[in-house]
Amino acid sequence: MPTNETPPTPGDARAPAADGRPADGPDRARQWSPVGGAPGGVGALLVLADGRFPAGGHAHSGGAEAAVAAGRVHDAASLEAFCRGRLHTAGLTAAGLAAAAAAGLDPLALDDAADARTPSSALRATARRLGRQLMRAARATWPSPELDALAAARPRGAHQPVVLGLTARAAGLGPPDAAYAAGYEAVSGPATAAVRLLSLDPFDATAVLARLAPELDQVVARAADAARRALDEGPGALPAASAPLLDIAAEQHATWSVRLFAS
Amino acid sequence: MHLDHADTYPPRHTYGATGLHRPDGTRRALRIGLGGPVGSGKTATVAALCRALRDRLSLAVVTNDIYTREDAEFLLRNAVLPPERITAVETGACPHTAIRDDISANLEAVEELEETVGPLDLILVESGGDNLTATFSKGLVDAQVFVIDVAGGDDIPRKGGPGVTTADLLVVNKTDLAPYVGSDLARMARDAEAQRGELPVAFTSLVAEDGVRPIADWVNARLAAWTAAPA
Repeated sequence: MPTNETPPTPGDARAPAADGRPADGPDRARQWSPVGGAPGGVGALLVLADGRFPAGGHAHSGGAEAAVAAGRVHDAASLEAFCRGRLHTAGLTAAGLAAAAAAGLDPLALDDAADARTPSSALRATARRLGRQLMRAARATWPSPELDALAAARPRGAHQPVVLGLTARAAGLGPPDAAYAAGYEAVSGPATAAVRLLSLDPFDATAVLARLAPELDQVVARAADAARRALDEGPGALPAASAPLLDIAAEQHATWSVRLFAS
Repeated sequence: MHLDHADTYPPRHTYGATGLHRPDGTRRALRIGLGGPVGSGKTATVAALCRALRDRLSLAVVTNDIYTREDAEFLLRNAVLPPERITAVETGACPHTAIRDDISANLEAVEELEETVGPLDLILVESGGDNLTATFSKGLVDAQVFVIDVAGGDDIPRKGGPGVTTADLLVVNKTDLAPYVGSDLARMARDAEAQRGELPVAFTSLVAEDGVRPIADWVNARLAAWTAAPA
């Protein structure tokens, strides 16, 4: 998935061969690899980012249910605004944590960093519950001693983006791939939920996601860059963007007695 | 009552904190799923089963409400079990997804019950009311019961579908209503046998004295097979 945000790979894999045809061989393979050029291929990323990956996400709306009830999300345009805001705040923060975990930063330090970046206790509880559910799926799909170690250290669940990044690492994926999975999830969850909550035309909801794709690329580039710096500077270098309205609405949503989604 | 599936409990691994056995080597609790259409009497069946079995067995229940905690609250209100033995799982408007396609939340609930109130003999996982295609994943439950009722139409066994055809036990509930809704119980039994072959069918009326007995007997037989199964 080459994009405008893709940094040039060493040796300029995009340079055509002397006869004008596209470069062949390993360089050509790298040209078509995800931004990180990780050993794990796009196939593994598709498995991980698939909305049907059985890690519990289907029962969560990413704040969309509260936003729909408050009237802030009522059609495709307002869904797009909601998703854009979530992508650049909670999505960016999650992508940074996931990229850092995939890069090999200490997952327990990242778990603390995730706590510090999640002011809403309802959302901390949600992130840990989803992290534990993802851990179960991850250990079944890409068994790894690092996943086992985190599961043992956080039996009640680590923050989901940290588990997601470590899962990407176990799948042989790189930091940008982990950021893609986290960033995409930040918008695909609310979009799917809005289809169920508003009976929104599913084609319109998917078109929203397609329009946000270039911005997802930008968020991934920022997250991956921050993760690279965090390798030297520690988790403090990771994005800490927050969306106060998401936090407040999540606290309120957690008290509802009648709701379709767990968060 | 007919024979059950030949291979009653094929080996399963659910990638959780606990496998088929507890640390002391005993088998973990038997997990039985109850599914079926809205209003067929799943929650009432769970409540009656709890009353029938709770004195002899260590029980817990996981409910999968569609958009409320009402099923869990019904069980709590009727005090069929202490509150710490009842957990509600939220399903994001897709009850069948939570019991079949993505069972992670239900597995969490089941294992937390084992951790907090265990050791348990039996965990009942009640699906949110859904349609005739809803079935439980074998990664979540060891056996499943499909509950329909005579008032939903006596042609449901003939129509078949995954729940009616493959469930380990088919329950046809509310037999007391059959004369009032024009349902032909003999026809339902014939159709069910045609769809299910040797798999058992229980006709129940929970308003009758000990009306849940046919299901309780089946559960006891499954539990005996479960505990007797080779380690």
